[in-house]
Amino acid sequence: MTSPLAALFDLSWARVFAVFLKELVQMRRDRPTFAIMIMMPVMQLVLFGYAINTDPRHMPAVVEMREDGPLTRAFLASLAQSTYVDIVAVTQRAEDGEAMIRSGQATFLISIPEGFERRLVRGERPQILVAADASDPVAAGGAIAAIQQVAAQAFAPEFQGSLSFLAPSPAPYEIVMHRRYNPAGVTSFNIVPALLGVILTMTMVMITSIALTRETERGTMENLLATPVRPLEVMIGKTTPYVFVGAIQVAIVLTVAVLLFRIPFTGSFLTFLVAVTLFILANLMLGYLISTVARTQMQAMQMTFFIFLPSILLSGFMFPFRAMPAWAQAIGEALPITHFLRIVREIILKGAGFVDVVSDLWPLTIILLALATLALFRFRRTLD
Amino acid sequence: MTDTVIDVRGLTKRFGDRTVVDNFDLKVPRGAIYGFLGPNGSGKTTTIRMVCGLLKPESGEGEVLGFDVLKESLKIKERVGYMTQKFSLYEDLSIRENLEFISRLYGLDRRAERVDAALADLGLVERQTQLAGKLSGGWKQRLALAACMIHEPELLLLDEPTAGVDPKARRDFWDAIRRYSAQGVTTLVSTHYMDEAVQCDSIAYIAYGKKLIDSPTAAIPKQIGLYGWRIAGRPLMKAQELLEASPGVELVARFGAEIHACGKNPGALEAAARAVKAAQPHVEIAPIEAGFEEIFIYLMSGAMDNFQ
Ligand SMILES: Nc1ncnc2c1ncn2[C@@H]1O[C@H](COP(=O)(O)OP(=O)(O)OP(=O)(O)O)[C@@H](O)[C@H]1O
Ligand SMILES: [Mg+2]
Repeated sequence: MTSPLAALFDLSWARVFAVFLKELVQMRRDRPTFAIMIMMPVMQLVLFGYAINTDPRHMPAVVEMREDGPLTRAFLASLAQSTYVDIVAVTQRAEDGEAMIRSGQATFLISIPEGFERRLVRGERPQILVAADASDPVAAGGAIAAIQQVAAQAFAPEFQGSLSFLAPSPAPYEIVMHRRYNPAGVTSFNIVPALLGVILTMTMVMITSIALTRETERGTMENLLATPVRPLEVMIGKTTPYVFVGAIQVAIVLTVAVLLFRIPFTGSFLTFLVAVTLFILANLMLGYLISTVARTQMQAMQMTFFIFLPSILLSGFMFPFRAMPAWAQAIGEALPITHFLRIVREIILKGAGFVDVVSDLWPLTIILLALATLALFRFRRTLD
Repeated sequence: MTDTVIDVRGLTKRFGDRTVVDNFDLKVPRGAIYGFLGPNGSGKTTTIRMVCGLLKPESGEGEVLGFDVLKESLKIKERVGYMTQKFSLYEDLSIRENLEFISRLYGLDRRAERVDAALADLGLVERQTQLAGKLSGGWKQRLALAACMIHEPELLLLDEPTAGVDPKARRDFWDAIRRYSAQGVTTLVSTHYMDEAVQCDSIAYIAYGKKLIDSPTAAIPKQIGLYGWRIAGRPLMKAQELLEASPGVELVARFGAEIHACGKNPGALEAAARAVKAAQPHVEIAPIEAGFEEIFIYLMSGAMDNFQ
């Protein structure tokens, strides 16, 4: 009984199963490593779920200008100079701004209502509305203070001369903040789903990065290569056991997230499962690729950390993704975790469904396929 | 089916700028037991690895079991049993798990039955759940041998299979090899034991990557043309020193309470032996046929000279 897939790749499921079973037994015998893989998620969650905080810059903002006058233009100019936000668009229509914030193109929507200048001059304290995507509360956190400062700077020169009566405090306008998606601005709401990505990256990449190097170092590679086993069979058989380990970790993190941090899981669970499976596979392939390159287990560990640091720093985990320079964003886009972080935040906090996260699911799929192909290509069929 | 199981020509392997195997030819007929001899580091393991597709030769060509050695290594691997010099089964799997893993990879039917039979053959039925890493060196070797034979290969490539194995088990092993040979299984076996070398039908001798001898075992002594004299008695220290200084004596080897002096010139050798007898009357001297032990010690010391 050969399936079309098996025939296409000259693959025998019996041999895949042989490698899988062997790997499973070895994993079971290696108790300390198994224990670490199970304990690590819990420890990291508790540690970092409370601890991480950051100071963001260059957040993308869309400005909704319902009025065009000297005062509003001064505000806009001052906003453009601020390092806290980068204006990505100026619009007159409310729907445009809303759409951009929903799609994640902008973190802030700053609205200047109609009649702002007239009411300001009359001393009616008009409002500047700031809507923030608080699913990343770090990014949203400093917004009020920052925009207050921008406004003060913008209007100060204007309030001289005939308008000097507007200068004294309290400011003659009001800045009103709306947090979207995470109204309370709880950092752990953002950190905990993100930690899932970090934990999976760390354990999955690390454990498969020694998959082949361990065989080479112990000398068992020679025997394995002397059998008719195919590279694809080794790859599938060796990585599949860790899909289950990854699933256990996901279950642990989600349980802790809901019980300890009371994260609301609002989106489509099925989509989440698809995304997390793709992500686990991509990480396993990344690790496996490392193990086809590394000559020793020590090298494999070093390469794992080489991957791990950008995964933390450039993925949007540590610093808001949009606030990074373009080159860093380009690196980030190539990392599986970047897409996974966006997807989990969308699903868990924003209640997104499949359609909303497709834009990050397909890059994840491409990364997965590229890594798997590369790893197969790199697999050494000989001892040279 | 071809009757030449291994037919490789001009195999050359380089590691960096060192040529480890140089222009190596080998023809092994079906059912033969071919011995593969040579000093440490002469390239035996490297050659065997090239034959079963584990190393890619820099140049050369050939067929193994009728399949192209460079392009059809998967087909070759399915039909070859390769026993590595270094233990290469999984130390963290049990004896039974190792055998089952190998059987699955070869897609064998009646797996449990075969594994049971192999365990019974080995006499490891009671210890089958023990981890392979906990076995003694000799037992590891015997397990590895059983593992490489479990899929009933047509060709056995055995790299020092009996290193560290006790005499009884070695005898059993050679009995088994001869049984397989009668059934048409071909064996290429490397060894450093001369009592094993003489059991082979033919011997290929390699030194510093070059094949120096490739002959039927029985023809080798004549081909080398080495003559020997035995010097026995006590004490022998002085006699040995005299022999080593004599012209015509190319090899002086102690065998327990005797010295075997060998050389290619029978006249010069005899003169040297008689001179020792004259100087040390208490020793006995007698001409002997040079055995394999002497021949290969002689060859290996010669190769050393060629190389330096
Ligand atoms: N992977 C490798 N990289 C570099 N050099 C190697 C490699 N494998 C073997 N060599 C070198 O090739 C030479 C031949 O080695 P090989 O293992 O084939 O010898 P051998 O005849 O099997 O020796 P022994 O009797 O000790 O097993 C040695 O000098 C060895 O150092
Ligand atoms: Mg060797």
